[in-house]
Amino acid sequence: MAREMARRTAVLGLFRSAEATADGVDALRAAGFRDHDLDVLTDSPFPEGAFGEREIHHRLYVFPLMGAACGFAVGMLITVGTQMSFPIVTGGKPILSIPPMINVMYEGTMLGALIFTVLGVIFESRLPRRLDRGYDPRILRDGLIGLEVKAAGDQVDAARDLLRQAGAVDVVGAEREPDRAH
Amino acid sequence: MKDRSDLTPKEINRDLLDFPLHKPLWFFGVSLVFVTFITAGLVTAGFLIMVGVGVMGIDRPAMWAFLITNFVFWVGISHAGVMISAILRLVHAEWRRPVTRAAEVLTVFSLATAATFPFLHTGRQWRTMYWAFPYDFWRGVWPDVRSPLIWDPSAIFTYLTGSTLFLYVALLPDLAVAREYAKGTMRKVYAVLSLGFRGTTRQWRLQALAGILLSALILPVFVSVHSIVSWDFAVALVPGWHSTVFAPYFVAGAVHSGVSAVATIMALMRRLFRLEKYITPDHFDAIGRLLIPVACGWLYFWWMDFYFGIYSRATDEVAVQFSRTFVYPYNVLTPIFLLAGFFIPVPLFLFRRVRRNITAMLWLTLLVNVGMWLERFIIIVPALTYKQPFSFSWTAFSPTWADWLMTLWAFGLVLLGVLLFAKFFPIIPLYDIKEGQTIKAEVQIGRVKVPAVVRE
Repeated sequence: MAREMARRTAVLGLFRSAEATADGVDALRAAGFRDHDLDVLTDSPFPEGAFGEREIHHRLYVFPLMGAACGFAVGMLITVGTQMSFPIVTGGKPILSIPPMINVMYEGTMLGALIFTVLGVIFESRLPRRLDRGYDPRILRDGLIGLEVKAAGDQVDAARDLLRQAGAVDVVGAEREPDRAH
Repeated sequence: MKDRSDLTPKEINRDLLDFPLHKPLWFFGVSLVFVTFITAGLVTAGFLIMVGVGVMGIDRPAMWAFLITNFVFWVGISHAGVMISAILRLVHAEWRRPVTRAAEVLTVFSLATAATFPFLHTGRQWRTMYWAFPYDFWRGVWPDVRSPLIWDPSAIFTYLTGSTLFLYVALLPDLAVAREYAKGTMRKVYAVLSLGFRGTTRQWRLQALAGILLSALILPVFVSVHSIVSWDFAVALVPGWHSTVFAPYFVAGAVHSGVSAVATIMALMRRLFRLEKYITPDHFDAIGRLLIPVACGWLYFWWMDFYFGIYSRATDEVAVQFSRTFVYPYNVLTPIFLLAGFFIPVPLFLFRRVRRNITAMLWLTLLVNVGMWLERFIIIVPALTYKQPFSFSWTAFSPTWADWLMTLWAFGLVLLGVLLFAKFFPIIPLYDIKEGQTIKAEVQIGRVKVPAVVRE
């Protein structure tokens, strides 16, 4: 299974319209390609489900919560630690003065949540990555829509044919990275 | 939104990457002017560090003046990014599209500039870092979190980091487009910064979620930052500052000046970068309408502060409000800030013709910020110069050349920052404009076609 996965190559069909791309997705599904073998590449966000794509599963919402917890802990460590390490009474306030600690801990909590959210977005977007396959500059330059198919063996030619039949203006990918199994 | 044109993705890329990928002559001339401002500020700052804060006009009892006025003013301007970007993103306001990035950029540079002022103001700048950050293990001297002057760095650090990350995440897709157009070293820079973004459905979905999540997270930070700035004053025992409405008063003022600054920047960008197709009178109309309730809210809080100051009949409070209203030069500056900040622009914003006149909006929003700068000055200086029973050493505040040059430095720093950003990155989000073009539609109702937006 692992070896078969390693041999898979990305075939990319380039379309002019969202309708043709959606037709391509349908045709590939009908030919037995699974949802996770297909991906649509666009130069801007399209409404969810425009290409009949599957729902995306992610854990982005966990990241801000983790970040907030870490930020709160660091905030508490700083506020408690600095006051305990340098115990000078100022303004008649107790050494562990809760109201001002809340301000710093709150900022720490929010900072942690913000940093972890951004890390989560990058991680869940599968970035950073190299652009050596499954991508064509015409997608972002000219506004073409890319339909990427991950295929292996005979499926590569079948995918190329299906993409052309669906109206792809160009099919790229497999010729740049030949299938080593054959 | 009536002024919408049909634009192809290629056209959008060409128009919005034109300035980052080419170098018009005026760019160098304008940059030189801002660099001159910054150099003047740097020389002044160097002199200030060498000689001491006495080079500014401050003297007992008014030890807070221009530096702190500039600090509060630029922190206020930095609230533009969140107001425009986060709130309008959360409510799906369609007119936000060409505006959000400029607002976010303005936030980052104005906040970074604001942070320089308290640093210089402390007088012993080489010691400021261990007052604010817990790193000095060797001496065992730690920040005193009970001081409001320690809350400031924590709030500003959080807001600056958050705003920069917010800006970067929203910039990722556009960096990928710039990568495809740039050549040489810049292509490599864009390639590294774009992290290999290629526009998959997963990446776009997460982009949308990131916009919502980061907006929701940064909004409470936005409220906290200016609240904490106001507490620098409100938790002190100085008459005229010791007010419970200070936090919302400061936040409302920040939004008023920030949104006005965004309108000013938009008008300048439209002209300089030839963005007439993207920034239309509709956008100024929307901002003008937004400014009316914001300005009314700000005036309401100003009145609350003034009213409760005199209603208490506390001698000190009444004396400070008296000084702000009747003592020269504050008796001149107070009417000017009220006229410039509210009574001239806001009645004019009521007229659609004014809101859609971009030149008028440029000057009116500039006027608002003249008023807002003066408002901060009036909050700070008269309260300190009020002669209390034990003020044995007393002088009125009078700004020196150093005060004016440091004010100029801030303008140079913020404007050069925005200009340089626009030189290297698209100042209008390409993908946001393209998305707007994708989901726009026209609905025929009777004999008119009405613009509509398709939403999920």
